Amino acid sequence: MSDQHKVLLTIPMYPDMELAAAKTGSVLAELKDFNEEAVEEIQLAIIETCINASEHSQSEDKEVHIQFLVTDDQLQVKITDRGVGITADTLDGTRLLGSPGIHPDLRKRGRGLQIIKALMDEVMIESSPNGTTVSFIKKKTAE
Amino acid sequence: MLNKFDIQIREAQEHAVIETTGYLNDALGEQLSEKAQELIQGGCVQLVINLEKTTLINSIGISILIEIIESLEEREGTLNFCGLSPTQERTFRMMAIAKYAGIFPDEESAVANL
Repeated sequence: MSDQHKVLLTIPMYPDMELAAAKTGSVLAELKDFNEEAVEEIQLAIIETCINASEHSQSEDKEVHIQFLVTDDQLQVKITDRGVGITADTLDGTRLLGSPGIHPDLRKRGRGLQIIKALMDEVMIESSPNGTTVSFIKKKTAE
Repeated sequence: MLNKFDIQIREAQEHAVIETTGYLNDALGEQLSEKAQELIQGGCVQLVINLEKTTLINSIGISILIEIIESLEEREGTLNFCGLSPTQERTFRMMAIAKYAGIFPDEESAVANL
């Protein structure tokens, strides 16, 4: 049976508080000997998800709830806000594009979810008018 | 404050190196943007941004880097990055930054390729 650790964390939607969540994720990943690159990818995915919650959820309690579940071979992170939910155009980034720049492929905004999907092995989003939960899994790779 | 950051500028005759330390978010990004715009407005359009001491870069920080790239393009300047971690480099390539700015392993090669 694998050794499993669960950590629950609630952070306020204050500037830089996403770093506290990222640090917790990195400590758990290091505990299970994830490599340095995976640890950085996990931190970035946590940061982007927390920033999305802070910027777009319109949550009245101004809190982000994070559940970490780490086993010997993977880290699962669930990040929940109690905001108004997200729409399809937010999910694909088109609502957040802003004014077009010189190069259409250099989109300035709305890339957080793209980054999360590229860095994590599995990503799931559940959203309703009562809030949003973004869950992702990073699997440990053999060295 | 969780994020302690710093910006150092090393100016040479025809180029400048901006070195950032800390978490590149909106706060550090805005300071970086101000410094870069000062250099660009002053006529220095050959820039290197050294990210070796920059632990994490979020998508807001990346959007500010894109604005610097666009400012330099308007003045036919060049921007090279150096000191990126493998994850940062992968993110830059995913976001098309690598198409419009150079990525080099160290400051010496980034300056040499301006």
